Amino acid sequence: MKKGRVWKYGDDVNTDVIFPGKYTYSVLEPEEMARHALEDLDPGFAQQVKPGDVIVAGRNFGCGSSREQAATCLKYAGVQAVIAKSFARIFFRNAINQGLPALQSEEAADSIENGEEIEIDFASGKIKTEKEVFTFSPFPESVLGILKEGGLIPYTRKKLEGIE
Amino acid sequence: MGKTFSEKILGLKAGRDVQAGDVVTVSPDTILSHDNSAAIIKEFEKLGVKNVKAPQKLVIILDHVVPASSEKYAANHKTIRGFVAEQKIPNFFDVPEGICHQVFSENGFALPGKLILGADSHTTSYGAFGAFSAGIGRSEVACLWATDEIWLKVPETIKIEIKGKLSPGVYAKDVILKIIGDEGADRANYKAVEFVGEAVRGFSLASRLVLANMAAEMGAKNGYCEPDEKTVQWLENRAKDDYSGVTSDPDASYEAVLEHDISSLEPQVACPHTVDNVKPISEVEGTIFHQALIGTCTNGRLEDLEVAAGILKGKKVHPQVRALIIPASRQEYVQALKKGVIEIFADAGCIVLNPGCGPCLGAHQGILAPGEVALSTANRNFRGRMGSWDSEIYLASPATVAASSVEGKIADPRRFL
Repeated sequence: MKKGRVWKYGDDVNTDVIFPGKYTYSVLEPEEMARHALEDLDPGFAQQVKPGDVIVAGRNFGCGSSREQAATCLKYAGVQAVIAKSFARIFFRNAINQGLPALQSEEAADSIENGEEIEIDFASGKIKTEKEVFTFSPFPESVLGILKEGGLIPYTRKKLEGIE
Repeated sequence: MGKTFSEKILGLKAGRDVQAGDVVTVSPDTILSHDNSAAIIKEFEKLGVKNVKAPQKLVIILDHVVPASSEKYAANHKTIRGFVAEQKIPNFFDVPEGICHQVFSENGFALPGKLILGADSHTTSYGAFGAFSAGIGRSEVACLWATDEIWLKVPETIKIEIKGKLSPGVYAKDVILKIIGDEGADRANYKAVEFVGEAVRGFSLASRLVLANMAAEMGAKNGYCEPDEKTVQWLENRAKDDYSGVTSDPDASYEAVLEHDISSLEPQVACPHTVDNVKPISEVEGTIFHQALIGTCTNGRLEDLEVAAGILKGKKVHPQVRALIIPASRQEYVQALKKGVIEIFADAGCIVLNPGCGPCLGAHQGILAPGEVALSTANRNFRGRMGSWDSEIYLASPATVAASSVEGKIADPRRFL
C-alpha cells in the first residue's frame, strides 16, 4: 500500500483528452504515451505526476473511443489507480487489461479533494484519507488475477504457457 | 420469464441458459480491427504463440488514416499487410475500400444473431442488422486472436420505443441526437439498447445504422434493431454466412422502457463539447462555422449523400466554408458517382475526399485551427478531437450540414426542401 497524491477531475473525462486521437497511430511506445497523458485537459499533469498518484473523477470516466492507450498512458505515467463515480464500459475493461485498477465509489469521488494524500487497500476494498475511510467492492478472483500479472497480455501468456 | 436478444445470443454462444448480470466465456463469430491492427500485432507477439487460432474469423479493414499521411502510418499499414499474408487472413480490406463499419456491413459480415467484437467503439453499428456487437480494447483483441475466447458480462437491456412519424427534413440522426440529449451520455453505460417502434421499422438499414452506431455515445455495450424483411433483403447476395434472427421475447425483462415521440421533432444539433449537449436547430441557427464534414461511419452512406446533394444542387458552398465530402466506402462512392451526386458536390465547390475516417478523429484531411468551428455529421464532438484544443465541433444531420454550408452559418434544412 503506497500513499499517493490525488489529481481530481470532473465528469465525462473522455478518451480524447486522456490520450489525443492525433497520437493514436503515431505514438506507439508506452513511455512516450505517458508523456502525453491528459495533456489537453491538464497540461501540467504528465510532468508533475509521481508514481503511486491517484486520479479521482466524476461520472463516465473514459467515455468515447475504445483506444487502450487511454489506460496505458495513465499506467505508465505512474498512476496507481483511477477512482470514479462511474466508468465508461470499454475504458473499464481496458484499464483492468492494462493492470490499472479502476475503482467505483460515488462517496470517495465526491469527498476526496484535489491534492489530498490517500491510500488504497485492494484486498479489503478500502480507500483511506486523513479523515475518512471509503469502501469499494473488492475485485473478483479473475480480475485480481489479471491485475496481479500486470495486465491481460502477461496473464494470457502465462495461461497459454500452462497449456503447452 | 422471457429473455432479451442479448441474453439469447450470449446464451447460445455460452451453451447454457443465461440472464443479465451473468458472466460468460464465449467465442465470437467475427473479430474486427482496423489500422490499430499494427498495435494489436505487437501485443499478439508478446503472447508467445505463433499462429492466429481462427484466422477466418478476423476481418481487418484499413480506414483510419488512408492512404498513409506519414512514414509512421505507412509503416503500420505495411506491418499489417505482412501479418495478413503470413497468417493467411482471408478477409483483409486495404486502403481503397472505406470505413470499417460500412465495409464490414457491405461485405455481409454483419448478420442477425451473430456475436461480433471489434477494436473500435462504434462496433455497436452491426446491431442495425440484429447482431450482438460490441467494442473491446486492443489487448482483448490480441488475446482473442490467440485463444478465440473472451469473457463478457450479459448486459441489462434498455428498450427505447420511438413513436410517431418524422416530418420532412428530419432524419434518424436527429432522432438519436434527441434521445442522447434527453437521456445523457452515460445513460446506457454497460447496457444493451434495443430500438423499437413503427419509426424504426420504417427506417432503411442505412438509417438504422445511424441509431446503432450512436448507441455508443450513450455508453451502450451494444445497440440493436430487430431484423425484418428489410434486413433480409439488404443481405441478399451479401451475407457471408448462414444466419437466423434472434429477437427479444415479449415478456423479457428490461432495465427500463423509454418512450420518445418524434412526431413534432425539429432538426437537432449536438453542441460543443459533449454529444449530449443537444439543442433544437432553432436555438443554434446563425452560428458561424468554418468547416463542414459530410461523411463518417455515422452519415456517409448513399442515402446521406443524396439528401445533401438534393440541397446543394445548383447552389454554391459559402466562401467562408470548406465543405468536405467523404463517402463511407468505395461502393457508396461508385453509386454516388453513377447517380450524379458527386458531380453536384464538385459543382457546388465541395472537396470530395477518398472513403475513410477522414478528419473525424483529428489525424489528417482537414484539421481545425485555434478558434475554428466545424459542423459535422460524425458521432463525436469532444473538445480538440478534430484539431486545436481551441476549436469547436457541432454535430447534425447531412441535411443540416448541407443547408448550413450554403448559408455559412448553421441553418434549418427545412427551408431548403
